[in-house]
Amino acid sequence: MKKFLIALLFAPLMAFASGGNVHLDKWPGSVSDKAALQNGAKLFVNYCLNCHGASYMRYKNLMDLGLTEQQVKDNLMFTSDKIGGLMAVAARSDEQKLWFGATPPDLTILARARGEAGNAGAGADWLYTYLRSFYRDPNRPTGWNNVVFENVGMPHILYGLQGQQVMNHETHKLEIAVPGTMPPAEYDKAISDLVGFMVWMGEPQQEFRRTLGMFVLAFLGLLFVVAYALKKEYWKDIH
Amino acid sequence: MAGGTFEKYKSDGSLGGNLLEWVDARFPATSMWKGHLSEYYAPKNFNFWYFFGSLALLVLVIQIVTGIFLVMHYKPDAALNANGVPIAFASVEYIMRDVPGGWLIRYMHSTGASAFFIVVYLHMFRGLIYGSYRKPRELTWLFGVGIFLVLMGEAFFGYLLPWGQMSFWGAQVIVNLFGAIPVIGNDLSIIIRGDFVVGDATLNRFFSFHVIAFPLVLIGLVAAHVLALHETGSNNPDGVEIKANKDENGIPRDGIPFHPYYTVKDIVGVVVFLMVFSAVMFFAPEGGGYFLETPNFYPADPLKTPPHIAPVWYFTPFYSILRAVVWNFFGLDAKFWGVVAMGASVVIFAFLPWLDRSPVKSIRYRGPITKVMITIFVICFFILGYLGTLSPSPMGELVSQVCSVFYFGFFLAMPWWSRMDKFKPVPERVTMK
Repeated sequence: MKKFLIALLFAPLMAFASGGNVHLDKWPGSVSDKAALQNGAKLFVNYCLNCHGASYMRYKNLMDLGLTEQQVKDNLMFTSDKIGGLMAVAARSDEQKLWFGATPPDLTILARARGEAGNAGAGADWLYTYLRSFYRDPNRPTGWNNVVFENVGMPHILYGLQGQQVMNHETHKLEIAVPGTMPPAEYDKAISDLVGFMVWMGEPQQEFRRTLGMFVLAFLGLLFVVAYALKKEYWKDIH
Repeated sequence: MAGGTFEKYKSDGSLGGNLLEWVDARFPATSMWKGHLSEYYAPKNFNFWYFFGSLALLVLVIQIVTGIFLVMHYKPDAALNANGVPIAFASVEYIMRDVPGGWLIRYMHSTGASAFFIVVYLHMFRGLIYGSYRKPRELTWLFGVGIFLVLMGEAFFGYLLPWGQMSFWGAQVIVNLFGAIPVIGNDLSIIIRGDFVVGDATLNRFFSFHVIAFPLVLIGLVAAHVLALHETGSNNPDGVEIKANKDENGIPRDGIPFHPYYTVKDIVGVVVFLMVFSAVMFFAPEGGGYFLETPNFYPADPLKTPPHIAPVWYFTPFYSILRAVVWNFFGLDAKFWGVVAMGASVVIFAFLPWLDRSPVKSIRYRGPITKVMITIFVICFFILGYLGTLSPSPMGELVSQVCSVFYFGFFLAMPWWSRMDKFKPVPERVTMK
């Protein structure tokens, strides 16, 4: 009986272990690094926002990254002149569908959507790995493929920075065939910043949420002491 | 008698009188206060498990209050906005970003949904181990089962509203289940959806059910649940009827007034609960991807089925039972029998008062059979819940079938095993452990 119960307990774990997936590199950044987030914002509006929208996000929220309204207007606003406007995409979705086979997804909360049950931070790892895993593939209409997202419709937008990777079919590893403007370590840092921005953009108030949470828990801790003392006082005669 | 009341209070509506007397002559304010709080005598030996009733009430209030504010900003509209995003989905992100404090209200509501089920499951478990459903509290239990059923509906309707991928496909799967019912199934699922597919009509009627119909029924059932409880008086961890031993004033010797004793005690429970609740809400609002499922951060797309559709965690034990039934019987599809099994697995709780034939109520005075059966039941419930979050697999199917058999066996064999056990003598008075 006991053995059977133990078997029952472990059965789901065995079922769990059978899944296999591409290895994801851990995103090394942090959402509290303002300089990195600013750099990520710059990369995002320059490279991503042409095809992808971030349509739940307003330009004015970029000021939370420590920028003035003028800095945001001068450096980060290309598709709109209204600071309160949404970071919408200029391209039309039906045209994009024709070009890429699918409408590029909105990126505002993609880092959250790419999370997994039991590992909400997996979205950042996925993006960090994905954006570094493009390689040349003559069989694809765009000329690009991706290790993490096989046959993806998106071409490698950042190849000017990273260079062109090819798949070595013997080692199954990616190698740089044509170097870009950034050495690999610098490119990794740029992608880390970009991913950091996307994680931040998924929930811009997340740092404030955690700070507020500390205060709320501290208050409840004090309230507990008072509430417990009150209970003790009332209950001292109950035996 | 009525004349006597007037004389007693001397209230003629003039401002000269005591306001409370004026009210009491017209509304049972003081008598209700006494009957339900200051002179409602609860057993003095409530333990940890007795916090969850008042906590369930607290979560109900949290859900209603946060819900009121969410409805001010949420838009139940499946049409696409200028950016190609469904308006309902975009309005949730609007609440999260542009409404001041909106993120807090929304996380309270989403965390509250899971908290509601955690608290209710623990509350039900309390009833199970201490025999709270036994005579004379059968109606309290039945109202409770009703609350559980309505709560499941409420949660199901509410889950569609953010109009994310899992909202959409979860509703699609569940509504399609009704299609498995012979003869009327197809029409029934069309009536529920209001359309041939889950769409704007579905979203709007689910919104209506979620914010009006079900909360109304829920509040009514909660009132009935509490009234029925206060009629019989509360059970306790010893399963001793405190009303059987009253003092010369007719007050149970083991009873203490709910107010102030249990109000001050429940405040401690509330504070501890709020600490856990806040820890989740402020530091892990996704609940590890189980309270807010990550695929639901993609807007609903009727053309793109997610690879793995999993219900929210609080439905997964029942969902596993549904999936465990893979055989056709009597020429009817396995899906139909799965739906029957799933429905039965919830409704079967209602029969507990009549399935339990043990001479004592509390697990404290029941023997090893009861303890082993309840342990197996809880383990199976957890395993079923865990399997329900996973994609189907042959191993998972087999395990969920075994667990489903135990699940139903626990209830259906109860008239026998509950009587067979060894019992200890129940004390006359409650014990303070």
